[in-house]
Amino acid sequence: MNDKKSIVLYLHVHQPFRIRHYTVFDTAINSDYFDSAFDSKASNEAVLKKVTAKSYIPTNTILLRLLNRYPEFRFSISITGTILEQMEKWAPEALRSFQELVATGRVEIVAETYHHSLAFFYSMSEFETQVQMHEDKINQLFGIMPQVFRNTELAYNNELAKWAEAKGYKGILAEGWDPVLGWRNPNFVYRPTGTENIALLLKNYKLSDDLAFRFSDTNWSEWPLTASKYSHWLSETKDVNNINLFMDYETFGEHQWSDSGIFDFLEHLPAEWLKNTQHDFKTVSEVIDSSPPVDEINVEHTVTWADTERDLSAWLGNPMQNSAINNLYSLTEKVHETNDLSLIEDWRKLQTSDHFYYMCTKYFNDGDIHAYFSPYDSPYEAHMNFMNAYRDILYRINQKGIDTDG
Amino acid sequence: MLGWELPPHNSGGLGVACFQLCKSLASNKMDIDFIVPYEADHNIDFMNVIPAIPQGVDSILKSGIAYDSYKFIYSNGKVKDFNIIDQYHAYSFAASKIAETREFDIVHAHDWLTFRAALLIKQKTDCPIILHVHSVESDRSGSEDGNPMVKEIEETAMLMADDIIAVSNHTKNKIISDYNIPENKIKVVHNSIDVITQDNNSLVNSYEFLKYMKSRGYKVVANIGRLTVQKGLPNFLKAARRVIDVNPKTYFLIVGSGEQYHELVDLAAELGISDKVIFTEFQRGQQWRDAFKIADLFVMPSVSEPFGLTPLEAIAFGTPSLVSKQSGVSEVFKNCLKVDFWDIDEMSNLIASSISSDALLEELSNRAYDEYRVMSWQDSTDKLMNLYRHHKTLAEAAR
Repeated sequence: MNDKKSIVLYLHVHQPFRIRHYTVFDTAINSDYFDSAFDSKASNEAVLKKVTAKSYIPTNTILLRLLNRYPEFRFSISITGTILEQMEKWAPEALRSFQELVATGRVEIVAETYHHSLAFFYSMSEFETQVQMHEDKINQLFGIMPQVFRNTELAYNNELAKWAEAKGYKGILAEGWDPVLGWRNPNFVYRPTGTENIALLLKNYKLSDDLAFRFSDTNWSEWPLTASKYSHWLSETKDVNNINLFMDYETFGEHQWSDSGIFDFLEHLPAEWLKNTQHDFKTVSEVIDSSPPVDEINVEHTVTWADTERDLSAWLGNPMQNSAINNLYSLTEKVHETNDLSLIEDWRKLQTSDHFYYMCTKYFNDGDIHAYFSPYDSPYEAHMNFMNAYRDILYRINQKGIDTDG
Repeated sequence: MLGWELPPHNSGGLGVACFQLCKSLASNKMDIDFIVPYEADHNIDFMNVIPAIPQGVDSILKSGIAYDSYKFIYSNGKVKDFNIIDQYHAYSFAASKIAETREFDIVHAHDWLTFRAALLIKQKTDCPIILHVHSVESDRSGSEDGNPMVKEIEETAMLMADDIIAVSNHTKNKIISDYNIPENKIKVVHNSIDVITQDNNSLVNSYEFLKYMKSRGYKVVANIGRLTVQKGLPNFLKAARRVIDVNPKTYFLIVGSGEQYHELVDLAAELGISDKVIFTEFQRGQQWRDAFKIADLFVMPSVSEPFGLTPLEAIAFGTPSLVSKQSGVSEVFKNCLKVDFWDIDEMSNLIASSISSDALLEELSNRAYDEYRVMSWQDSTDKLMNLYRHHKTLAEAAR
């Protein structure tokens, strides 16, 4: 057993290729689904540049400083193929700052699908290809091979764990959702049901969401949250081997704005935590290597990290979402038959889970978090832009002499 | 005349009907002042188009995607957005004010939004008023209910009117059943259409995807109109589901905006036909014309359609129609397929059967076009002029 109490900080970095206002009048004429005008809400370049300035650069500057200042400080990230492509194109300085972090040897990169897709649930071969594409991209840009897997949206079940074990991953990440845990807590390493050689790390959602969702909420009884108060909570938590703080990277500076004090919080957290010599930080691999699983966790039905339901309903909860994704994956065989790499890549970019999230109608009327992240006026508009792009893909496949009716 | 819209600043058939009717009346030597609730260039030389601008307002511009709101620009530089009810009140007073400065024999008002203005003018001048009913509230709301304020205006105005014109027997019957107006006070004057020769041979079309799929043997079934309860589109989508079951090579094109938009997108997904139903929102000009052109069959499934001009517009482009029997146009247009709006079985049957027979589509198109070619507003104009003369004589006798 790990002799120290460890913070396992894991940050997820991702941006999708949003679809522009793409109409029937574009279908079969232009295939530039992802090229919004710069002043549009769906401009991928504008969003990336904004988030780079608000979040990636300032956060990485602090993280690098912390890595230099505290030899014990370490953490993990996952970074999708789609955002890496965008950074190469529009924000090379952001990419360099991530490379500098990884070069310290104390920042681990977690494996996932290149396109941030839900392919695991629709096409196994497509899923495996995208995981391989991601590994290649990470290897090319960072010179490392990921050892631990996370699926898009932390969508997890026993089958996925078995797959990851067979692929040789030493660990896998999931949501520490109470119905899954039962009487247990998420603060240990577990073993997925049906596996022997892979470890399961579960997100401590209460402590993670204190930062990711509640930090700047002035109505929250704990507001304002300081590094020393938070560190104290973590110290006081009993029955702990590792505290898994999993969240979107954009928590820093984008979901929680700079004026909320989130950067000061981050800057001071390591010093507060390391005041106690029994405390340390670990990457996901390090905690798995040092701590054998304490029990088995059985997840038959898919669990994700979204919404109060913690299921796939944020992406696949209504008929619009289901018809969009089913239609898209119904082209799997035919699109590959074309051997047209740019067509296949466009089709893959349409698989990014965010497109289906924008079509979510749960709480649409409340103007909640779903609406906050959507570049469209409504889920309906998101659906129609998507379906027009889908029909253009259909057109392009047929143009290649592959009959989609056959 | 008191009207709400004229092309090209119209959101639907009302503006087109008013324009063509007035043009025909003008060619019969009628002098017309046409008062509209906004300011815009209509490029009309056969009558005076007068914007009803209240005091203190510099101009009123139409805005919104289907011209559903109004921007008031005040003399003091302020700008305010008016919705249709605000604008209805503003128009009533401004139009009656304008009437004080003009000379006329008859007030002819089109639909409820102008009825209060007509009543105010009658109050001031005792001039005869004729109300032209293009639709009643129960048509528009698709039910017996509807907006009680609007129903009150319609009822009051129709009771006070000197005469009422209904655009179809369908509408006349509604007026009688909804408002108990005596039958002999209501004359039916059917709408018509100005025959325009379209270039139907052009191969250029904005719907490139549909053009391509048609070359692969697909058929296109279109609806063009507002997405409101009145238009019966949920039944159309349910029929579409069945047509696709029989003939998967069918696309459905729905051109329009309206409050049912989200519901319809949802329903298409629920029915599992999102890939085959294309929503385009409201279109004008080339993209509007091309929608008629690209279609093999035009469907107007309205729950209640006082007249319904679109099937006649469709045939101008050579596209035959399936129309609901609950429409005024079905009273005058013979060569089209007809169905009860609620009969989804028969609607699916007629769509699927007709698009699978090129011979039927061609024959229907040719015969309908023959019918269309000889249409004119002259009959309707004659009826109106007789009515005007009658009221003028009565008014003079009373003086």
